[in-house]
Amino acid sequence: MNSGDTAWVLMSSALVLLMTVPGLAFFYGGLVRRKNVLSILMQCFIILCVISLQWVLFGYSLAFGPDFHGIIGDLSWAGLNGVGALPNKDYAATIPHSVFMIFQMMFAVITPALIIGAYAERVKFPAFLLFTILWATFVYDPLAHWVWGTGGWLKNLGALDFAGGIVVHVSSGISALILALLLGKRVGYNHKPIRPHNLPFTVLGGALLWFGWFGFNAGSALAADGIAANAFITTNTATAAAGLTWALIEWWHNGSPTILGTVTGAVAGLVAITPACGFVNPMNAMFMGMIVAAVCYIAVAVIKAKLGYDDSLDAFGVHGVGGTVGTIATGIFAEKAVNAAGNNGLLFGNAHQLVVQSLSLIVAITFAVVMTFIIFKIVDALVGMRVEEKNEIVGLDLTQQSEAAYTVIE
Amino acid sequence: MKLIIAIIQPHKLDSVKAALEDVGINLMTVTNVLGQGRQKGHTEIYRGAKEAGGLLNKVRLDIAVNEDFVEPAIKAITKGAHTSDVGDGKIFIVDLAECVRISSAERGSAAIG
Repeated sequence: MNSGDTAWVLMSSALVLLMTVPGLAFFYGGLVRRKNVLSILMQCFIILCVISLQWVLFGYSLAFGPDFHGIIGDLSWAGLNGVGALPNKDYAATIPHSVFMIFQMMFAVITPALIIGAYAERVKFPAFLLFTILWATFVYDPLAHWVWGTGGWLKNLGALDFAGGIVVHVSSGISALILALLLGKRVGYNHKPIRPHNLPFTVLGGALLWFGWFGFNAGSALAADGIAANAFITTNTATAAAGLTWALIEWWHNGSPTILGTVTGAVAGLVAITPACGFVNPMNAMFMGMIVAAVCYIAVAVIKAKLGYDDSLDAFGVHGVGGTVGTIATGIFAEKAVNAAGNNGLLFGNAHQLVVQSLSLIVAITFAVVMTFIIFKIVDALVGMRVEEKNEIVGLDLTQQSEAAYTVIE
Repeated sequence: MKLIIAIIQPHKLDSVKAALEDVGINLMTVTNVLGQGRQKGHTEIYRGAKEAGGLLNKVRLDIAVNEDFVEPAIKAITKGAHTSDVGDGKIFIVDLAECVRISSAERGSAAIG
């Protein structure tokens, strides 16, 4: 046991909580129209409540509990039975098992919250709630087990995912695309402007995401050591490079660098460096940031418009695409000189790592697509996924939450 | 009695207000409004998506005056708001049927000033 490691991971858990609320809540909340801002804040906040409980009751045990054929954890840790002050040597030898559990809880919370960006402004609240619980249980928990759980089959295959490029960002981003396609476009999409109602909120939320991400990435070292420091530095470097790159591309392409673009680029950089942060050096992190900004810009500004799907807040364009770029880049830029527990990538003579990364990606994408489709169909049949058109036009704040964010007159 | 409704560029509010005060008109109601004229709104860009048809910010002044002040008011507003570009705005003048000062219950011309 190491008190420094324990303190750092506890602190990191709080930082990752901050990413969901208020970070993501305000990042997304500012991007929607004023009639829907509370629905976003509510969805983020209630996910924190619901998944925290799901994780204690059975989620943690499914994801990290004793392995069942490489596919899922069993339920012997349900209710946190046996998850206490003694370290679990398989996951983190120097911190209490309960500290590892609470750190992972915050990841389980933010992942379904990322999907909100796809169905924002048109989902029915009960449907959102049911979808979230089912998705966390049948998509996140198994996938986390495959990649991170002791005995998980992708972990045994040698997949590198330092802080959740596949488990968090690819899974949520791909599911977001499926939801956007199944749910259809918002009323008026393509016919009239749908503009963000409060970009300062979005910048505030984006900046809090950057801040909290140090816990997400550097905390994933599960120790206060050199690997954590490397993850901290590569995270900051990739993010800075991606934010600047997006601004420059926009400046060249549209004539003005925008703050929304800069923040979006920074988030894409955070996403891409997530699987790689503990395995790559800072210069390659900078390079990754530049690449992901360009790829996500094309996905969001060009491809989305061409294909015509309404991924309201670009959950797929930033997290799905950015997570994919990061996962592949990890197979290219990872090096044992940075982290002996990792592996070398293509650039350091190990093409096999790129194959493993790509295979894991295909598995995760296929799984997320199929499961999200099934869960959508079930929830849609039970409660109806989408609000009535009239309610969508009036806004989700009034029709789903019975409250209004802003008064016009006192 | 006339009601003068002026729609002007927001950045010209200070000079219009000063010009009106120069001719002795100190009472007005000012509101932020949205609108578009011959310049047809403007385009904003969000994550590379161009959103055309955005309405422009304008300022609206409502000024109730007696007949003697109508021409001076028009001159003052024109002088204060003029840049000679499209988008400088418009002045509308309508007949005012009645005016009541709430504090004293005065009516008509006496209540305006």
